Amino acid sequence: MEHYLSLFVSAIFVENMALMMFLGMCTFLAVSKKVDTALGLGVAVIVVQVITVPVNNLIFHYLLKDGALAWAGLPDLDLSFLGYLCYIGVIAAMVQILEMFLDKFVPALYNALGVFLPLITVNCAILGASLFMVQRSYTFAESTVYGMGAGVGWALAIALLAGIREKMKYSDVPAGLRGLGITFITTGLMSLGFMSFSGLSL
Amino acid sequence: MSATKTILIKPIFMNNPIALQILGVCSALAVTTSLQVSLVMCMALTAVTAFSNLFISMIRNHIPSSIRIIIQMTIIASLVILVDQILKAYAFEISKQLSVFVGLIITNCIVMGRAEAFAMKNPPIPSFMDGIGNGLGYSVVLIVVGTIRELFGSGTLLGYTILPTVSDGGWYQPNGLMLLAPSAFFIIGFFIWVLRNKHEEQVEDNEFEMMPHTTETGAH
Repeated sequence: MEHYLSLFVSAIFVENMALMMFLGMCTFLAVSKKVDTALGLGVAVIVVQVITVPVNNLIFHYLLKDGALAWAGLPDLDLSFLGYLCYIGVIAAMVQILEMFLDKFVPALYNALGVFLPLITVNCAILGASLFMVQRSYTFAESTVYGMGAGVGWALAIALLAGIREKMKYSDVPAGLRGLGITFITTGLMSLGFMSFSGLSL
Repeated sequence: MSATKTILIKPIFMNNPIALQILGVCSALAVTTSLQVSLVMCMALTAVTAFSNLFISMIRNHIPSSIRIIIQMTIIASLVILVDQILKAYAFEISKQLSVFVGLIITNCIVMGRAEAFAMKNPPIPSFMDGIGNGLGYSVVLIVVGTIRELFGSGTLLGYTILPTVSDGGWYQPNGLMLLAPSAFFIIGFFIWVLRNKHEEQVEDNEFEMMPHTTETGAH
């Protein structure tokens, strides 16, 4: 149990997807003007992460890994080079299914997330988590915990940045830095703050 | 000829994908600790953008619009697999350093963005040029950031010593911050500042205009 807790905490703080790994930056910078929308996107990312990382884990272990197709009578087959294609396919399909499911059964949440769901397909944080999962050869349980932690970390970072940006729009920023420039510098300062977690371990 | 040149040159400074369109920032930050890795990443991304634009543009009249995203994704992912395999075969060390970031070219917004915005509407040759142009625009930012980070972070460029560091008996005290994550954000922030001071039309409007402190033109 402790192992999973430590994995979870380090995925949120020590290896924060947005601030330490720089993943999902495009949406991170573009959709962080308001706290409400940032939170909505954050929740959507958590949901998609929790589903896709374990599913990709199963696909990697039972279809793609070297010798994984032994159950089908093909023990020498190594399909791991097809990984990228499969993971992105799974992510795109999952996002599509989730969208249809929410539309049918939870319309309130669908309306809140609506615009952001398609955006999540091209969010590098999602694909990044799947690739890290493969690279670090997590087990199924570990990958679920890691997906959850990575999603929560990303959601936390975007909500924090949106909070800062909501206040910052009243300040007098030099012309050339207005908008994107100052957002980058703010994110840099936040990242510096998150570095203080780097020694954290449970 | 001049139209092709415009397509090729414009994304480099005037319409830079990173500085102006906020596309493809993720990898720009993560792989720039050394110049060599940045250069490899630039080549990989330029190749993928150019060829995905070319192929998508070739079949643009046959793609049903409802499933175009998946088709684009498949083409891009296949190209990235190709690049990844080539890197693993001929530049294994660098491929190890890039780790997951080669795979993340798939979700790099520059590639998808150009496919969607340009290649779906234009013939193959201009699309190919547009891909190269945007790849170069991305490369400029990556090379600037990579140069600054490697030079001031470890005193070397492409592995050759430029500023001899104190630990090697030289005079330069390396700035450790440059090798850490936050410095990339600062450098890109300042890069945008410099670029926008040069091209005034890129400056974003203030959401709230400050009121002047004094009321000279007021009721008095």
